[in-house]
Formats: sequence, structure tokens, C-alpha cells
Amino acid sequence: MKGNNKVLLEIVGLRKTYGARPVLDDINLSIHKGEVVVVLGSSGCGKSTLLRCLNGLESIQGGDIKLSGKSLTDKNVNWQEVRQQIGMVFQNYDLFPHMTVMENILLGPSKVQKRAEKEVMEQASQLLDRVGLLNRKDDYPRQLSGGQKQRIAIVRALCMNPEIMLFDEVTAALDPEMVREVLDVILGLAKQGMTMVIVTHEMGFAKAVADCIVFIDAGKICEIAEPDEFFSNPKTERARQFLNIFQY
Amino acid sequence: MSMNWEFIMSALPLYEKAAWLTLKLAFLGILASLGIGLLCSIVLYQRTKGLERLVRVYIELSRNTPLLIQLFFLYYGLTKLGITLSEQTCAIIGLAFLGGSYMAEAFRGGIESVSKSQIESGISIGLSKLQLVRYVILPQAFAVTLPSLGANCIFLLKETSIFGAIAIADLMHVTQDLIGMYYQTFETLFMLVVAYLIILLPLSLFLTWLERKVRYAEFGN
Amino acid sequence: MLSSGINVLFEGSNMQRLLGGLLITAQIAFISIIISSLLGIVVGLMMTLKSRVLQFVFRFYLEAFRIIPILVWLFFVYFGVTNMLDIHLDGEIVAVVVFSLWGAAEMGDIVRGALESLPKHQMESGKALGLSFWQLYRFVLIPQAVRRMLPGAINLSTRMVKTTSLVVMIGVIDVVKVGQQIIERSIIDFPAASFWIYGLIFILYFIICYPLSILSKKMEMKWES
Ligand SMILES: Nc1ncnc2c1ncn2[C@@H]1O[C@H](COP(=O)(O)OP(=O)(O)OP(=O)(O)O)[C@@H](O)[C@H]1O
Ligand SMILES: [Mg+2]
Repeated sequence: MKGNNKVLLEIVGLRKTYGARPVLDDINLSIHKGEVVVVLGSSGCGKSTLLRCLNGLESIQGGDIKLSGKSLTDKNVNWQEVRQQIGMVFQNYDLFPHMTVMENILLGPSKVQKRAEKEVMEQASQLLDRVGLLNRKDDYPRQLSGGQKQRIAIVRALCMNPEIMLFDEVTAALDPEMVREVLDVILGLAKQGMTMVIVTHEMGFAKAVADCIVFIDAGKICEIAEPDEFFSNPKTERARQFLNIFQY
Repeated sequence: MSMNWEFIMSALPLYEKAAWLTLKLAFLGILASLGIGLLCSIVLYQRTKGLERLVRVYIELSRNTPLLIQLFFLYYGLTKLGITLSEQTCAIIGLAFLGGSYMAEAFRGGIESVSKSQIESGISIGLSKLQLVRYVILPQAFAVTLPSLGANCIFLLKETSIFGAIAIADLMHVTQDLIGMYYQTFETLFMLVVAYLIILLPLSLFLTWLERKVRYAEFGN
Repeated sequence: MLSSGINVLFEGSNMQRLLGGLLITAQIAFISIIISSLLGIVVGLMMTLKSRVLQFVFRFYLEAFRIIPILVWLFFVYFGVTNMLDIHLDGEIVAVVVFSLWGAAEMGDIVRGALESLPKHQMESGKALGLSFWQLYRFVLIPQAVRRMLPGAINLSTRMVKTTSLVVMIGVIDVVKVGQQIIERSIIDFPAASFWIYGLIFILYFIICYPLSILSKKMEMKWES
């Protein structure tokens, strides 16, 4: 645990419903600066919804989310500003198909943050180099493989200099041989101390990258534990059942 | 039946002039309808309160009434309100009134074709609503929309054929005049058809080509 | 001045005459739609026969009506064909002929599209059941195709109704022409007559076309899923 650092993102009593149906119920979670939280849970338990709430893509019906102590449920909150501090990468590598790799990356920094093109370009090149794709900077997304697109999507989010990154099953749509290259990038980020919330079904990866595992079941946090403990000795019955599915 | 080529040659300048006039009015009308269509589709997409209603009413009125009546109302009806418009202005406004709704539908179709996840990834890098439309939605919608925009252009060009009804010296008007004056029915009709073919055939072929091209050159994400 | 002008609509037998004109318009539209539906089904069925010659001929026929404005076709038949054959045809007849030919081409294309969009295995499973050629069409293909083509067919009808406004240009005494006559006659008493008459005709067309376009949109949405 990097528990000594200050709390970056705090979720208090979060509740989310679709109509009358609760999808997330009483979620409490503190994410410290530099911490890597991996969210696990079976399909439909509300993992994606949780990330989408953190990014304001979904409205919430109760509780609060605080970023660096500032409430995001405040009426005056400027989501555009908040989203610059929260980077998000989705499952379906949604690069903009009509823009080159570089244009995809520059869009946010230049149009939203209004930063100087030259400086952003330099940063983008550095990041691209780090994920091994600098030579593809003028390609269009359709010319790239799924794994490459997903690495670009990560760079696109990173280039906004976010405080925290959210990953929603970023390898789920990939061919198995491309999963590794993407996970390596995320692992690299963890080593550099990036704060992250990661939803994944790759258990080995979860174990390697996480400072803290959050297990959700039916919209509720069922267990919060350190990875070693969670995988070797889960405390709840639901978690045990869940882990059993992954063992052959 | 033999053609009176002499007559055709002598009438040629009249047709040429009429064709240019048709093209000019069509061009301005289509340009205006593109603008109206784009605005309307953005209003519909953004669900701008109040305006949305207005746009829907406009679209239904425009799509469910004939251009001829729209023109007559503009040209003869409105003068009685103290609004007097020249024939050409009327023609352009009429065409834009009709075309705007068709263009709006075309743009709307394109906008709807942009997937929700594209929009969300735009939102999540902090783009504002307008930036989203400008940088993410419209560029993608446009490619999808091109064939229907083209089809609308052809449709509107054909609709210009009734401009003659409000005393514009277009191809139909010239034809009618010549038939009335010289009884060279066959020749005048021949020239009329040829004139429209010259204007519309290349456009229609281009559109067919474009449609195929767009279909095969999907962005493919 | 404007508001008193509305009385022109109710002066004498004006309203009756206008509606009489509308009846002519509606007749032309109705007859044309019926004929084009029947012809269109024949054309569409022939198109699925995969004969190259037929397909080429039909394509040419369809494109001829798609590229050349309907008004030009009306002129062509009204002035040209009558002149060539040295016969006289009433504007109404010309209108019905042109609209029917146009409608048949478009309807043929709609029918063809609907038939071709049917999944192949439908055809094959029908054949496997031992259905004859006609039984196959009668019991398997047509009922399904009808659903797919109805929205397009209704849409085409709306377009044809709107296009009937053109018949005034070839001397038919339709609702527009009647309107013009009334305006001319009452211009002294009702200077605002044109506003009200054309306004009324505008609304009349809308009242006929709007329900049709709603219907086709509803069907499209219902049967799309
Ligand atoms: N727009 C929506 N309207 C209604 N219900 C929804 C909506 N989106 C999601 N849900 C429901 O909310 C629940 C949680 O969905 P969510 O996508 O967060 O699950 P998840 O944990 O991400 O699952 P997966 O692992 O399959 O991605 C699901 O039961 C889903 O059916
Ligand atoms: Mg999910």
C-alpha cells in the first residue's frame, strides 16, 4: 500500500440506479496518489458503470465522488476540466478513425487544453516512443492492429497529463497474442507511479500490477484486500467462487 | 420525322442562357439548403429546447408539401403581406425551404451513424459539446452523408424545373414559349431533354461512383 | 385587410370549387398509384428472374425517370407525343400515363429490393418443402416481401401526391388551377385572395401527405427490428 500518500479520489456511499434497479450500491473507496486499484467481479456486476460514474459519463443517484477533495456532485463542477485530470481508456479502442495517430493524440491537448502544438508534439513523440509506436504516428487507425490501437488510446489519454487513469477491460477485445503488449504498457505506468483504476479479467496481470484489489458483487463492494491475500486466501465465499472460475 | 436543325441552332442561345440561369438558382438554393440542413440537424442533435420543436415543424411542413405550392405562396401570397420578392429570390428561398429539410435528414442520418463509443471517448478527453460536433461527429458523419447529399442535389436540381411557373425564364419556360410561338414542338422538346441530360447525367454518374467509393472506403476501425 | 381576405374562401361556391379541384387531383393521384403498384409488382418480379437483358432494359427505364424531371416528361408527352402521333390527349390522361410509368419504375425497384433482401435460405427451405415456383412466391416470398416494401411504397405515394401539383402546368383544372381562377376573379374584392387560397392549398396538401409519411415512418421503425 502506498497509503501514506494523500487521497486523490474518494468515493463515498456512491449509488447508481437504472430506473428502479440499483446497479451500484453504497460504494466506498479511497484511492491514494500513486496507488493502483484493480476492480474485479463477474460480468454485469457494475465495474464499467463504476468507472463511467467516476468520469461523469453516467449521472449518480446518491453519495459523492471527490477528486483532490473537491466534490464532483457539485452543480458548478466543470466536467470538461475534471475529465482532463481523469484519463479513460475503453474496451473498444475508440480512436477517431478520420484522424492520424498524431492527430488523435493532439486533439485533446491542443483544443481542450490549448497547449502549444510543439510542446505537445514532443511529449506525444516521447510517449509513442515508449510504447514502441513512434514510427506509426502518421498512420490511420485502420492501418493498426487492435493492440497497437489500444496502446495509442493509452497515449492519447496520457498526453492530457491526467492525475489518474481509468482502464476498462482494455484487453478484452484483443487477440491473445496482443494482450501482453498492452498490459506491459500499463505495468510500466504503474512502476512510474501513475494512479490507476483498472478493470480486468486477466488475473495474473491483476496480481502483478495491483496495490489493492476491490472485488464487486451485484453492485456492492464485497471485499477489499491486498492482491496476495485476495488470491491466496479470499475472505468471502463469493470471491472464492469467483476465483474458482478462473482455475482449471 | 426530320429535325429542323436550323431552328435548333437559332434557339440554342436561348437554351444556353436558361440552363445557366437554372444552374445559378439551383447552386444558390442548394448552398442555402445545406446551411439550413446543417443547422437543423445540429439543433435536433443537441436537442436545443424550443428550437427543436420549431425545426421539427419546419421539416414536416417542407417535406409534405409540393415545391410548386411553396413557390406560389411565396411569390403571389406573401406580396399581400407587403413582402415583395423578386422571382429569382423567391425561387432560391423556395428551393432552400424545400431542400433544407432533406439536407437536415441526410445530416441527421450521418450524425446518428457515429457510434456512441466514439462520442464518449471524445467526451472523456474533455471536448465540449461543440468541439465534439466539430472534430468528432461531423467529419465522420460527412463521409456517410455524402451519397445522400448528392442524391438531394440531384433531386433539387430536378425540382428547379418548375421555376418557370413563377415567370423565371428557365428551360421549361423557354420550351413552352417556343412551342407556343413556332410550333416546333419536336425540336424544342428534344433540346429540353438534352439540356437536362447534360446537366443531370454527369452528376448522376458521379454520384453512383461516389456511392460505391464511400461504401468500400469505410474508415474501418 | 389580410384577415378579411379569408372570406374569399367561403365566398359563393369557392370552397366547393376548390374541393372539386382537389378531387381531380386526388383522382389522378389515386389512379396512378394503383396502376403503378400493379405494374411495379410485375416489373419487380421480372427483375428477380436474373435476365441480363431485362435488367438492362429496366435499369434504363428507371434511370430515365430518375434523371429527367417529371415535369419534362409531362411536357414531352403532352406536347410531343400528341404532336408526333397527331392525336389529342387530355392533360388528365397524360398525367396518369406519366405518373404511372414513373411510379411503376420506382415501385418495381422497391419490389425488387424487397425480394432480393429476403434471406436465401427462405427460398431454399421453401424449395426443400417441395413448393412449386408459384407456391414459393405465393406463400413464402410475397408475404415477407410486402412488409419490407410497404414503407417505401407509401413513401413513393406521398411523392406522387406532391407531384400531382404539376398537372396545372399541362392545362388540367386541378385544385391549383381552380385556385388561380378564383384569385383572378376576386382580386378586386379580395386583394389578399392569393395569400389565403395558396395558403389553403398548401395546408390541403400537407393534410394529405403528413399522415402518409408518419405511417411509413412508423412501419419502418416497427419492422426494422
Ligand atoms: N444503459 C443501461 N440501462 C440499463 N441497465 C444498464 C445500462 N448499462 C448497464 N446496465 C446494467 O448495469 C449492470 C452493470 O453493468 P456494467 O456494464 O457496469 O457491468 P460490468 O461489471 O462492466 O460487466 P462486464 O464485465 O460484462 O463488462 C448490468 O446488469 C447491466 O445490465
Ligand atoms: Mg464492463
